[in-house]
Amino acid sequence: MTVTVSFVLNGEDVSVDVEPRTLLVEALRDRLRRTGTHVGCDTSQCGACVVHVDGRSVKSCSMLAVQAEGAEVVTIEGLAKGGRLHPMQEAFREHHGLQCGFCTPGMIMSALDLVSQNPDPDENQIRHWLEGNLCRCTGYQNIVRAIKAGAQAMRSA
Amino acid sequence: MYEFNYHRPTTLAEAKTLLESNADAKLVSGGMTLLPTMKLRLARPTDLVDIGNIRDLGGIRVDAKNVEVGAAVRHAEVASSADVRKAIPALSDLAGLIGDPQVRNRGTLGGSIANSDPAADYPAAVLGLGATIRTDRREIAADDYFLGMFETALEPGEIVVAVRFPRAKRAAYAKFPNPASRYAVVGVFVAETGAGIRVAVTGAGACAFRVPEMETALGRKFAADSLDGIEVDAAELNGDLHASPEYRAHLVGVMARRAVSAAGG
Ligand SMILES: Cc1cc2nc3c(=O)[nH]c(=O)nc-3n(C[C@H](O)[C@H](O)[C@H](O)COP(=O)(O)OP(=O)(O)OC[C@H]3O[C@@H](n4cnc5c(N)ncnc54)[C@H](O)[C@@H]3O)c2cc1C
Ligand code: FES
Ligand code: FES
Repeated sequence: MTVTVSFVLNGEDVSVDVEPRTLLVEALRDRLRRTGTHVGCDTSQCGACVVHVDGRSVKSCSMLAVQAEGAEVVTIEGLAKGGRLHPMQEAFREHHGLQCGFCTPGMIMSALDLVSQNPDPDENQIRHWLEGNLCRCTGYQNIVRAIKAGAQAMRSA
Repeated sequence: MYEFNYHRPTTLAEAKTLLESNADAKLVSGGMTLLPTMKLRLARPTDLVDIGNIRDLGGIRVDAKNVEVGAAVRHAEVASSADVRKAIPALSDLAGLIGDPQVRNRGTLGGSIANSDPAADYPAAVLGLGATIRTDRREIAADDYFLGMFETALEPGEIVVAVRFPRAKRAAYAKFPNPASRYAVVGVFVAETGAGIRVAVTGAGACAFRVPEMETALGRKFAADSLDGIEVDAAELNGDLHASPEYRAHLVGVMARRAVSAAGG
């Protein structure tokens, strides 16, 4: 049995037929072909799948697509505007906040939720905020640096 | 995940009818426990009844005596509510320590206490403040609610509507988190309310429990050193790869003293 779910994805109205058991991340990647959102663990631990639903960061592997009915969903693909990277993306590039890049979309979406609540987070606040985002490559130092710089760039933008 | 039908009722009455007419239906609230369980095929509901759109289950209401939190209120909302922070700061602190930001953006109070995970945080506040659980059919005192591991006084199909927490003169929560999940290896909630002093422990036993000896000692003098020499029996406690029963017993004392100090004792 399939049901139709409609929501706003990166500012665009979308409708997609899914099974009730289809996860939001599966709908995004497999049905809507937005593959920037990754699946790392599929057990709600790693944060590779973080997207924004109605302005808050959530793990899209732990939410059903049908639960996004009527919501505003933003994925990593929704950040760059007019061919220019979002300041937070630019900061990750500039500060080498990634190595393999697998965790990066989730890191950035999570960081943006932090900055929306706390425009000037200190290092400690950033580290605590990233409790739900795992990176197997970087050791986090440059991720924290990038988020601090990204927040700064957003404040002065 | 096995197949299921999905329902999104907007009233409590509709949700009850859906549960009654589908024997293997289950409520889903934040889904942070239920969906992973279904992925592992440890749960196989035929129908999921999503309570996220039922207005009666939402909202935080504060009056002179109590803070009432709707069952579908997310942890992040409790952690960031200025009203809760003013009335019972220990409750906002506790909610802000649950899991990670994304878990707090989805997980709900009702889901947490219906599930009664032995390592969950909210049970410590519910029992420590002597809260009342309001359901679709009755009110349950916290002391009668937590029965065992993943076991509560809820009957099949009973829906948690809200939890009423009495305001405290002073209260604090101290937890020793598992470094990966942030679940409580041991968490202790200490509170003084109009009804007296309560000490509730989560993470250590099959479900949240009180420590009467500590409550009596704090009643004589509300100070961390009043707890010196009081030990909980390790024989009753959980042992797993995270901590032995003996270590958990030790942590109960340490966390209780930290909570008392944080509450100004
Ligand atoms: C990575 C991770 C880390 C976590 N860390 C912590 C932590 O540190 N501390 C902590 O306390 N928790 C932690 N949790 C659990 C989290 O707090 C969830 O909120 C909690 O597991 C359940 O809430 P939920 O709203 O997601 O419930 P759901 O998963 O939707 O439901 C759980 C159960 O409760 C039932 N139910 C839901 N609502 C009601 C209701 N109103 N009435 C009756 N039954 C109901 C459902 O049928 C289901 O059986 C963590 C979870 C994850 C995934
Ligand atoms: S894939 Fe969702 S948390 Fe790891
Ligand atoms: S850059 Fe490889 S996992 Fe983070």
